[in-house]
Amino acid sequence: MANQAITADMGHAPAFHLAEEPHHPEGHSTPLGFWLYLMSDCLIFAILFAVYAVLGGNFAAGPSPKDLFDLNLVAVNTAMLLLSSITFGFAMLSMARQRKGATLAWLAVTGLFGLAFLGIELYEFHHMIHLGATPQRSAFLSAFFTLVGTHGLHVTFGTLWLVTLMVQIGRFGLIPANRRRMTCLSMFWHFLDVIWIGVFTIVYLMGMLR
Amino acid sequence: MSVASTSQSILFGKLSLSALPLNEAIVVWTFVVVAIGAVAVLAALTYFRLWGYLWREWFTSVDHKKIGIMYMVLGIIMLLRGFADAVMMRLQQAWAFNGSEGYLNAHHYDQIFTAHGVIMIFFVAMPLVTGLMNYVVPLQIGARDVSFPFLNNFSFWMTTAGAVLVMMSLFIGEFAQTGWLAYPPLSGIDGSPGVGVDYYIWALQIAGVGTTLSGINLICTIIKMRAPGMDMMKMPVFTWTSLCTNVLIVATFPVLTAVLVLLSLDRYVGTNFFTSDLGGNPMMYVNLIWIWGHPEVYILVLPAFGIFSEVTSTFTGKRLFGYTSMVYATVVITILSYLVWLHHFFTMGSGASVNSFFGITTMIISIPTGAKMFNWLFTMYRGRIRFEAPMMWTIAFMLTFVIGGMTGVLLAVPPADFVLHNSLFLVAHFHNVIIGGVLYGLFAGMIYWWPKAFGFRLHPLLGKFSFWFWVIGFWFAFMPLYVLGLMGVTRRLRVFDDPSQQIWFMIAGFGAFLIFLGIVCFLLQIAYSIWKRDELRDETGDPWDGRTLEWATSSPPPAYNFAFTPVVHDNDAWSDMKKRGYQRPLTGYRPIHMPRNTGAGVILAGISLVLGFALIWHIWWLVAVSFVGLIATAIAHTFNYNRDYYIPAEEVTRTEEERTRALAAAGV
Ligand code: HEM
Ligand SMILES: [Cu+2]
Repeated sequence: MANQAITADMGHAPAFHLAEEPHHPEGHSTPLGFWLYLMSDCLIFAILFAVYAVLGGNFAAGPSPKDLFDLNLVAVNTAMLLLSSITFGFAMLSMARQRKGATLAWLAVTGLFGLAFLGIELYEFHHMIHLGATPQRSAFLSAFFTLVGTHGLHVTFGTLWLVTLMVQIGRFGLIPANRRRMTCLSMFWHFLDVIWIGVFTIVYLMGMLR
Repeated sequence: MSVASTSQSILFGKLSLSALPLNEAIVVWTFVVVAIGAVAVLAALTYFRLWGYLWREWFTSVDHKKIGIMYMVLGIIMLLRGFADAVMMRLQQAWAFNGSEGYLNAHHYDQIFTAHGVIMIFFVAMPLVTGLMNYVVPLQIGARDVSFPFLNNFSFWMTTAGAVLVMMSLFIGEFAQTGWLAYPPLSGIDGSPGVGVDYYIWALQIAGVGTTLSGINLICTIIKMRAPGMDMMKMPVFTWTSLCTNVLIVATFPVLTAVLVLLSLDRYVGTNFFTSDLGGNPMMYVNLIWIWGHPEVYILVLPAFGIFSEVTSTFTGKRLFGYTSMVYATVVITILSYLVWLHHFFTMGSGASVNSFFGITTMIISIPTGAKMFNWLFTMYRGRIRFEAPMMWTIAFMLTFVIGGMTGVLLAVPPADFVLHNSLFLVAHFHNVIIGGVLYGLFAGMIYWWPKAFGFRLHPLLGKFSFWFWVIGFWFAFMPLYVLGLMGVTRRLRVFDDPSQQIWFMIAGFGAFLIFLGIVCFLLQIAYSIWKRDELRDETGDPWDGRTLEWATSSPPPAYNFAFTPVVHDNDAWSDMKKRGYQRPLTGYRPIHMPRNTGAGVILAGISLVLGFALIWHIWWLVAVSFVGLIATAIAHTFNYNRDYYIPAEEVTRTEEERTRALAAAGV
């Protein structure tokens, strides 16, 4: 360990340390971290899709997609979610222009679309259960309610988060921490859109073809 | 004992006095002993006024080093519990011959093997692995902390909350009696109407949140926080294996989460995912859980491989042989580990083609693993090997693990597996690799990095005793199981008919006794070393002549790890620095930006624990209250924007000057 001594001659050894504190801007790993979280969440959905693929045809002499799904309703619902993604995009644009009021307004619109989506989904679930198509009725219905319901739960949490963030932006403004949160929430929101496109295609459209 | 599952009260759900296992003498006595111990510890903490210190300096700490140490403490405590279960099984199986029922009834015995497996995997191996990664990785890459320090604290407490739930099941109600993977239909509500499986589910779900988040955290840390100059192919091998392990964690634990959610829905809501009627499919559970389960064994063993690599190159005083091939072997194992899950149930009947596919992929994994073996051997070849304890564990690992690997390849041959499936041969195989691989690696790692964490070495002689008891005990405890397995004895049996087999169980029991002595010596080693810490003190921060950056700073390292961020030019950065006459800078300190401690992690995990307990016992009002509380606390935490502070330059100067004096006094 002699070479640790302070007496050794400096010579031409290269720099072995930074003289200044390295500048990691605060929260510089957050987008990556959040993206990794989304991938892990995506995997949960992957499993639910796989389960639906395996069990989706097991009606147990109960109702099948054709008896239950109303594509018009689902189309309206899909529109709500897609529109909410667009309005979230507008919120991000307003944020980039430092317009706090416009950001909050677009967020509010996004939240309303989100609530509309949830309302329609709840109506659909209620209707199905009313017809006796409960999650307990068959493996197909168990898989259906779990996949679609998990997506709905995500939208619910997203909406809760959105409201929280609106309060925080209202109170503290578009400070870096809040901008970072907006980035994360926007990734989350668009992610849910992508998942929904999977649900719409695999569960509803292909279900009607079955 | 049967838990009354029909009567439910609004206030207490399924919980009633009959849930206390008062008629199980063994459990009652265990409770008495544990309770006395707990009261003594709590009283001591209060008497010495340690609560404030623990809360401020440890429980709420976001320092990766302290969190790492807390993980290790958790793992070692749970090892004692898991090992106690193992000893009880060994005793019962050696006893229950010639018409004797042994001393454990079936209800109790089935809980023990389940609890043993669950605890050893989730609450011993996982915390010990995560703890070492937490402690070592940021130091090896020259970082100040992990990417998300608060999340790290939260992850630890969620893991602990899971462990607490498992421990509670011992005294309140029951644990699962299903085996450690809780296959349905046995784990369904008809097969297991009690709360045992619910304890299992919620303990794993709560701990799983912690594991997944800590995986994300460490990936980000390794990707984003490396010191300048350390490109991917200059990372220490332990950091590489940690990266792969955490990728595996993030890419598989969600599968476990999803599967357990589906099982819970079957149990709580009455859905039909894994039931045998209305279209459910129990084998889907088995497939899904092994899609998590096989990568899980690599999650455990890859960091151990990393430890062996660091230890081998340090104690032979050489650069690791074949660094690049080591990295590629690790990555290949990471990918292949997803393609073998079906070897756990060749007997499902998926046909010859599917079985051959999975048999062959399984055998292919042994190629990169073998490459690693040769890398270690060639590193040692013509090296000047120092037989310190970590090196001894490494050599024991190489001998043991090769045997375990070979019996694994045997099991990968589907026709052979049809004979050996679910037999004690399998039990011998996986203990062979998990003890010989993971546990030996963890011991090597704990002894190797102990001086870094505490500033003094572990006492070598007691360490050698512990080593020899473990290694010899292992052979006695598990070789008989290979024999028994070949004789056709299946696993999870409580009583036996054929008296000729008893001798093998007795030998296995003797082996467990030797392992017990090994554990005792290990604990004594720690206690004795703490007592004699002044004699064992190391002031240099580099007691083994180490090669990677963690040895460049003091032992224990200051809160900020490195006064100046190191710059890396070569693999084995610290070795390179020493070779080229690096001098520790003595002036020019800057204020250092650090994260602030917070109690939010403890509180959130505490509420999760209550939520889990309420769900297990169907106490619905408490479920609602704690769920709302959890969300509200989490939201409230996001209103705290004040999460960091600066360590002033004067304080850094003071700490570093103290180190300069200590180094001078030690004559280096
Ligand atoms: C330290 C010494 C150990 C002993 C003496 C021991 C002993 C045993 C015994 C007797 C069984 C039951 C075998 C049967 O089915 O009849 C068992 C099962 C098991 N052990 Fe260990 N064990 C030890 C360490 C470990 C460790 C370190 C791990 C993992 C990290 C582990 C994981 C398991 C698992 C997963 C099972 C299967 C449980 C089940 O059947 O569901 N064991 N062990
Ligand atoms: Cu496997």
